[in-house]
Amino acid sequence: MPHDANSQTSARAQPHGGGQPSVAVLVSMGRHPLTERARRADQDARAVEMALSLGDVQPRLLHAGHFDQDSEAALRGYLGMGFDALELIEQEPGADVIAALCDRLRDAAPQLVLTGARAETDEGSGLLPYLLAEALGWPIVASLASIERIEQGEATLLQALPRGQRRRLRVRLPAVFTVDGSAPAPRQSAFGPARRGVVERIACTSLQDAAFAEWRIQPARKRPKRLKIVKAASARDRFKAAAAKAEGGGGQVLADVTPEQGAEAIFKLLQEEGVLR
Amino acid sequence: MLDILLPILIFAALALAAIGALRRVRLWRQGRSSPVSIAKGLAAMPRRYLVDLHHVVARDKYISNTHVATAGGFVAAAVLMILVHGLGLGSLQGLGGVLGWLLLAASACMFVGSLFVAKRRRNPPPRLSKGPWMRLPKSLMAFSLGVFVITLASVGIVPADLGSWIVALVLAGVVTWGLAEMVFGMTWGGPMKHAFAGALHLAFHRRPERFSTKEGGSGRSTGLKALDLDDDRAPLGVGAPRDFTWNQLLGFDACVQCGRCEAACPAFAAGQPLNPKKLIQDMVVGMVGGSDAHYAGSPYPGKPIGEHGGDPHGPIVARPFANGGTALVDADTLWSCTTCRACVEECPMMIEHVDAIVDMRRFLTLEHGNTPNKGGDVLDNLIATDNPGGFDPGSRLNWAADQNLPLMADRQEAEVLLWLGDGAFDMRNQRTLRALVKVLRAAEVDFAVLGNEERDSGDVARRLGDEATFQRLARRNITTLSRYRFTHIVTCDPHSFHVLKNEYGALGGHYSVFHHSTYIAELFDSGRLNLKAWKGDSVTYHDPCYLGRYNGEYEAPRRVLQALGIEVKEMARSGYRSRCCGGGGGAPITDIPGKRRIPDMRMDDVRETGAELVAVGCPQCTAMLEGVVNASAEVRDIAELVAEGLNEESAQDRASRRTQQSEEALVS
Repeated sequence: MPHDANSQTSARAQPHGGGQPSVAVLVSMGRHPLTERARRADQDARAVEMALSLGDVQPRLLHAGHFDQDSEAALRGYLGMGFDALELIEQEPGADVIAALCDRLRDAAPQLVLTGARAETDEGSGLLPYLLAEALGWPIVASLASIERIEQGEATLLQALPRGQRRRLRVRLPAVFTVDGSAPAPRQSAFGPARRGVVERIACTSLQDAAFAEWRIQPARKRPKRLKIVKAASARDRFKAAAAKAEGGGGQVLADVTPEQGAEAIFKLLQEEGVLR
Repeated sequence: MLDILLPILIFAALALAAIGALRRVRLWRQGRSSPVSIAKGLAAMPRRYLVDLHHVVARDKYISNTHVATAGGFVAAAVLMILVHGLGLGSLQGLGGVLGWLLLAASACMFVGSLFVAKRRRNPPPRLSKGPWMRLPKSLMAFSLGVFVITLASVGIVPADLGSWIVALVLAGVVTWGLAEMVFGMTWGGPMKHAFAGALHLAFHRRPERFSTKEGGSGRSTGLKALDLDDDRAPLGVGAPRDFTWNQLLGFDACVQCGRCEAACPAFAAGQPLNPKKLIQDMVVGMVGGSDAHYAGSPYPGKPIGEHGGDPHGPIVARPFANGGTALVDADTLWSCTTCRACVEECPMMIEHVDAIVDMRRFLTLEHGNTPNKGGDVLDNLIATDNPGGFDPGSRLNWAADQNLPLMADRQEAEVLLWLGDGAFDMRNQRTLRALVKVLRAAEVDFAVLGNEERDSGDVARRLGDEATFQRLARRNITTLSRYRFTHIVTCDPHSFHVLKNEYGALGGHYSVFHHSTYIAELFDSGRLNLKAWKGDSVTYHDPCYLGRYNGEYEAPRRVLQALGIEVKEMARSGYRSRCCGGGGGAPITDIPGKRRIPDMRMDDVRETGAELVAVGCPQCTAMLEGVVNASAEVRDIAELVAEGLNEESAQDRASRRTQQSEEALVS
């Protein structure tokens, strides 16, 4: 869970073993939305960019998955951002990579794991970072806008919230951070380093994802978009409408309630909204 | 006394010059190897100098006459001086006397030439470099006058000791000065270096096809050279001066700093940080090692002199994160170039500026991954969607939904393959395409399009330095084209035209390609187009760089306009001197700021003619010129003008005549 900057996390600060933190970036294969050509995934590339912006630290790239011509093209896209090597945990197609990633991260023991919020291929549920953080027992912070500094085993972050708002957080390391479209755009991938970069293949037993194997996959249909009717008459009103915080109408803040009461309140809300019947 | 002194002086100067030459050759040989024939090059050199180079120099009559007198006089005087004063042949009777008189004539001729050099230098135009170049007329005079006077003694007009030893000593001093500049300075880096390096540069030029031959020869070579991407160890472009080929380094050394490139460069005129002359001098600085503090010409606009420097093995462009340091040149200098080739066209030394700039861009893009502004996005789009705008490649033919264009995939063969280019995604260029289709139909041309099978030609990717993406696109296009049978390719985009015609060859694609203006001109000449007389406003014509300077097509567009009954009001800069619209070489994508915009300056050129319409033949030019605010002239593509001028009735007549004929054929 994210630690708020106002909480007492700083009191638990411990001296960190000096030098720069080790950073691992989990990267996956992306696909262009129009042509479906293999490329670096946008969010993962943003995670790599964020890792590179940390200064002298040389981040390590890690990918778990099947290795073929397509995924090589995509992975070389990350190497082209200025890396000599990329670790590839070889997995069979359709494997559940969480266990393999988890083992590898335990061995390598990075201080920081950065990754995109959601993969562009395969399941793309966006659950991987959470399952990984759970398995490792590390905190996770979603949708980072930037990492402001890392000192003494603690990272100061800016988390992106809707409508351009930012929240400053301090988080004990090691931790898992995910990055989405609000992070800075990735740098260009250059042909030279992409071609020279080495894919270090690590053999690893793959665990078939039984549930995923049963799923039927079809292209997503475009869902109709709700029309946003802006009633504002002036530019000032339009700007205010665009920049205004989401205002909860009939919300209710529950504090100091028992888990049962909380669950009951949620259950009631879901019934009111028609999610549960 | 001079009898003893002169041979010593002459041979000492020659020996020092020989040592200097070896040192200079070693500097050039730091570069990579290049496949040029040494013997053939040396054999071709006199013709290249006397015909091709002189052809360019003669665009400025004053300096060409001056140069003939000075350089011709010097070469003759130098050879004769070695014979007469060096080897002492002047004192012989018979032949010796003749040699002496010839030497007098040669040095007198050189002296007259040097007077004109001095006149040019009294109030030099800003494009000329100052510094050591300002002393050159004096040195020329010292040499010619000194040699003249001592030769007077040899032929016996004045006494051998010239009256007194003081006069002889002064004269020896003057001759020493002349020899130092003209012989020693030639190989040790003085202004006369241009003669030594220039002669060898002409001999070992990396584009021997550029020069005419006795048999004629095209005299044009404008396609960029392909990088070998299969060899992992071959450098990707030029990151340090020694990554240039040796004959490129030699070419930089040949520069006379006449500044004709500077005067022609649209980026320099717009106040963007590029000056082709300074760029070439910076490459010389890099080759030799040191800083640009000794450069005595106009700087890159907005960049003071003396802050940049480098060495043969050091980087040309500093990486942006390296503490804001500078190297030999800044990246924005290289990205300001529109690759319009105006500098190459003007260069009397036949230096290839654009090749060098693209070589350095290749390194920035392929190794640094640092294409400025939208460059990275455009390259990503080209990789993912085969067009720079990132449009769905399946929508390439959407504009022609009502045109019922024949597809190559259905037809398999056609006389003409109409190459649409990326303008197919641009609403303005779609009007041109419609007009072109109308013209082709009116002339009953058997044509077909590739439709969605077409990809970007790779022009932008290549000029932005992404050779890998260019070659990928080119190879795929070549594979697609190899599936169909057609006689010609016709396109309304000079950039695609140039790339298909001149740059696909190295990758195995050889085609007969026409720009639409050339093709329309041929259609008209063969009587397949019936055109009405033009009733509109006065018209001027803007030569696209990639049609004109790159491919030498200046006539056909004018012939088409003439066929329409239009009298073209030429701009001051037209034909091979046409000013770029600012749209080439990816310049609108990298968008380096300057004081003015290049298209604004071009529209000012149009305004000066008073024309109310400017005819163009390129989608880039159309976009750039139409983007000018408060323009005095309308921008129309030649195809649009022709489509408007079609005599539609006659087309119908012909159609009805044809049906009549076929009916008659049926009846009989």
